[in-house]
Order: sequence, then structure tokens, then C-alpha cells
Amino acid sequence: MRRQRSTLWQLVLLAGVILLCVFPFYWMVTTSLKTQIVALEAPPVWIFEPTLDNYREALFEDGVLRTLVNSLIIAVCTTLLALLLGVPAAFALARFEFRGKKDLWFWFITNRMVSPIVLALPFFLIARNLDLLDKHITLILIYLTFNLPIVIWIVTDQFRGIPYDLDEAARLEGASQFTIMRKICLPLAMPGVAVSAIFSFIFSWNELMFGLILTRSDAKTAPAMAVSFMEGYDLPYGKIMATSTLIVIPVLIFALIASKQLVRGLTMGAVK
Amino acid sequence: MRGQVSRRTTLGFIGPAVFGLAIVGIAPLLYAVWTSLHFFNLTKLARVEFIGLENYWTVLTDGVFWQAMGRTFFLLATALPLQIALGLGIALLLHQPGLTLVKTLARLSLVLPMATTYAVVGLLGQVMFNQKFGVVNQLLGGANINWIGDPTNAFAMIIFWDVWQWTPFVALVLLAGLTMVPGEVEEAARLETNSWWTILRHVQLPFLLPGLTAVLILRTADTLKLFDMVFTLTRGGPGAATEFISLMIQRVGFRGFDQGLASAQAVILLIITIILARIYIRVFYKEV
Repeated sequence: MRRQRSTLWQLVLLAGVILLCVFPFYWMVTTSLKTQIVALEAPPVWIFEPTLDNYREALFEDGVLRTLVNSLIIAVCTTLLALLLGVPAAFALARFEFRGKKDLWFWFITNRMVSPIVLALPFFLIARNLDLLDKHITLILIYLTFNLPIVIWIVTDQFRGIPYDLDEAARLEGASQFTIMRKICLPLAMPGVAVSAIFSFIFSWNELMFGLILTRSDAKTAPAMAVSFMEGYDLPYGKIMATSTLIVIPVLIFALIASKQLVRGLTMGAVK
Repeated sequence: MRGQVSRRTTLGFIGPAVFGLAIVGIAPLLYAVWTSLHFFNLTKLARVEFIGLENYWTVLTDGVFWQAMGRTFFLLATALPLQIALGLGIALLLHQPGLTLVKTLARLSLVLPMATTYAVVGLLGQVMFNQKFGVVNQLLGGANINWIGDPTNAFAMIIFWDVWQWTPFVALVLLAGLTMVPGEVEEAARLETNSWWTILRHVQLPFLLPGLTAVLILRTADTLKLFDMVFTLTRGGPGAATEFISLMIQRVGFRGFDQGLASAQAVILLIITIILARIYIRVFYKEV
């Protein structure tokens, strides 16, 4: 009897947790399906006739589609670049002994913690002088400051888990370190590489401040676009929520795929 | 000897990454230090001049910086205990046996808030906390609370969203700690006592401490970084009620155009972050 009641309590509490986590998303999606007139009803209505007009208008008339494409280009390119630079570095950190290893580590952790505004100030001035404002390449490079450490960290960890014997055997046959990495270790490290790519994509896709400061129109990112709807008196709530929904859906899917590694990644491995 | 390779090989592997990070990560910081030593106003670029440590002096003696710092740590001091209390509750709940399916669902739901784009959280805040059309006032029984326009309420709203977004993180970190407790130890303790508090304090707490330390340091760093969500929700207002440190620096640098002063503030913030990172490394990466 007592056990049953405690199970019931557990169920109620768990349902409460789920509800609290999910409700804002429910509200976001339903608001995105409201016309402006319905969205501005006070108090808000819960049952109404849904319409996709907000999505159509936002995507094709206000240019949200283009900013989503910009965000996609930037997030994918910066992720690929981070992998290209980061995977060999991770291999070296996992396999070689060299001076300065500790300093590199320290640098990565600092990058995880430093406020982006610290970099945004000088970046703005540098980009302005080099005529790099409002260009995709600028954000692709800047996002390396947080993507590269996360890629290196996760992939190093993955390489460390691969037994040395495999390397040794290949080395006896005369394979170079590069071949060992590419042909033997990298295929085995693919899960880690994939997770680090997901992280890198999520962080880049979600970023607002650099996008806001360093782009105007050509390279404008989707979050910066969503924020620019917030000007003026009659805020287009439905359209803002439609844009938000479009921004959030891909990251939520990726986050669910990588959900097991999310905490490990966010703590840079301090919590397993 | 294992791990011994030529210098050239090491450099070939690690060089590109280090070079890349140096260009995007270090060079700008040096430039920020240079800017911080100058009078550097975006509207008066003709008279950039070296003024030594004057900007730093201004930052350290000027109330604005310390007020923003105070606000930032006040947010941390209110949001973090809530996150830890609620997170611990959720972790203990998920750690109980049974109800596997619901727990899997709960664990997946917990992932959603922390992955959400910060800017979208802010926009959601605008919609849900709107005085007239907001669902929050409706759920509070038709209350007429002005959330965004009132300093105290706006601050409370920021705390709400920070707690919403990061309690799941704390919960999952602590859950990871709970699963580290050896099964036999926990069972033996349960035979001894029925009190969950005794078990928590004497059996589980030692396994939770590393996670709690990580949460403490990372939440501190993240609160110092906090920008996107607050910028979209309140822009630091009303007045300066929610102007946390990163927002304040952004305002001075980009809305007040005083890049020199803002850079000095940023460098001080950087130094604080470096100290935090050192502590984090000391605690968690003894092996490297």
C-alpha cells in the first residue's frame, strides 16, 4: 500500500518535471500557429484555428529562410574546420609526449569559460579594419574559439580509449603516424568525432552575440534575425515564435541524439 | 619509447590547431589589451591616444562596473541554490527504482531546455511574460503583473529562465554522481535506516561533491558570460535592473562607443575567468 502510494507520488512529480520542461515549447509552437489577431487576445486563447501563415511570411517575405541558410553554412563550415584542425591535434594530445601539453589544456578550459564579449570588442575593430564585417568567413573563424577546444577535448578522450597495441602493430609495418591516425584510430574514434561535431554545430547555431555585432544583412544569422523582429510597437508574436521554432528544432533533434554525452561535453569531461 | 615522436611530427599534428587558435583566440585579446590602454572612442577615432592605466582606474573606481558585478553575483546567489535544490530533487527522483519508461521520457525532456538557443529563451520570455497577452499571468489566475517593465519583476523573470534552462544540467550532473555510489553500499545503508536524508548525507554526498564543485564553477563562469537571453528579454532594463556584467561591457563598447573603457572592463573580466579556469583545472584534471 505504502509502496503504491510512493510510486504514485513519483509519477506525479516526474510528470510535473516533464511538463515544466516541455510547456514553453508547446507555447512557442502554438503561438507560431496563431494569426496576429489571435496572438494578441487577452487573456491568451488555447483553442483556435491554426494557420501556417506566420511560417510562410517569415520564411519567404521577411527573409528568415536566407538567415537560416546563413546559419547553416556558418555552422557546418566552422564545424568542418574545427574537425580538420582539431582531430590531428587531439591525436597528438592523446598519443605523443611533448612540452606545453598542460598549457594547451589550460587554454581550452579557459576558452570554455571566457565571456564572448571579451573577444567581441577586439573582433569588431579588427573585422572593421580588414573589411570583414557582414561576411560568413568572419563568423566561421570566430566560432573556432569555442568549437576547436570542444572538438579537441572530446576527440582526445576518444583516442585515449583506443588500445596502443593497434598503433604498435602498424608501426612495425612501417606506417607513419599520420597513416596510423587516418587508417586505424580515426575509424574507431568516429563516435567521438560525431558527438564533437554535434556539439560544435549546436554551439555555432545557437550563438547570438557575435552574429548581432558582426553581421548586418548578407551574413545575418537566424538568431540575429529573430531578435530584429523585436523592434517597433506591435510585435509580430506569431512570426517571432515561428522563427524561434525553426531555429530550435534542429538543435533539439541533435541534442536528443547526443543526450547521453551532453553533460560530459558541457563539463569538459569533469563529470562522466 | 611510447609517445616519443620527432618534434616535426608533433608540430605537424598540433601546429595547425595552435596556429588557428592563436589567430582567433590570442591575437584579439592582445589587441583588447592594447585598446584598453588608449582613449578609444568609436565616434572620435581621430583622437586615439595612449593614456596608460587610466581606463583601468576608471573601471575600478567607477560604481557602474561594481554594480554590474554585484548584480551578476546576486543572480548567481539566487539562481544557483534554486538550481541545486531542484536539481538534487530531480536527480534523487530519477535515481529511484521503477517507472523506467517515464524516467527515460523525463531524462529526454531535461535535455531540451539546456540545448535551447539562448536568444529563443529570451523571445519566449517576451511572449509568455507579456503583461497583457502572456500565458504566465493567465496561469497565475488572471494576475496583472508587469514583468518586463518593473525592475524587481524583471529580475525575478531572469532568475526563472535561468533556473528553467539550467536546473536540468544540475540534475543530470548530480544524477551521474548518484549512479557512482556502489550498489552494495547503498543497499547496506538502506537496511540500516529509512531516512533518505541520512543516506544522502552519509552515503551519497561524497559522490556528489565533484559534480557540485563542477556546477559551482561552471555556473559562475556561465553567469559571467550571460548575454543572449537577457539581451533579447530585457536588454538589461528596465533602467539597469538586469544589466549583468557582459551586457554592461557590450553597452559601454557598442552603445556608448567607448571601446577603450569597455576593453579595460573586458580584460578585468578575462582575469577573473582565468582564475576560475585555474581552479577548475586544479580540481578536475590532476592527471594532465
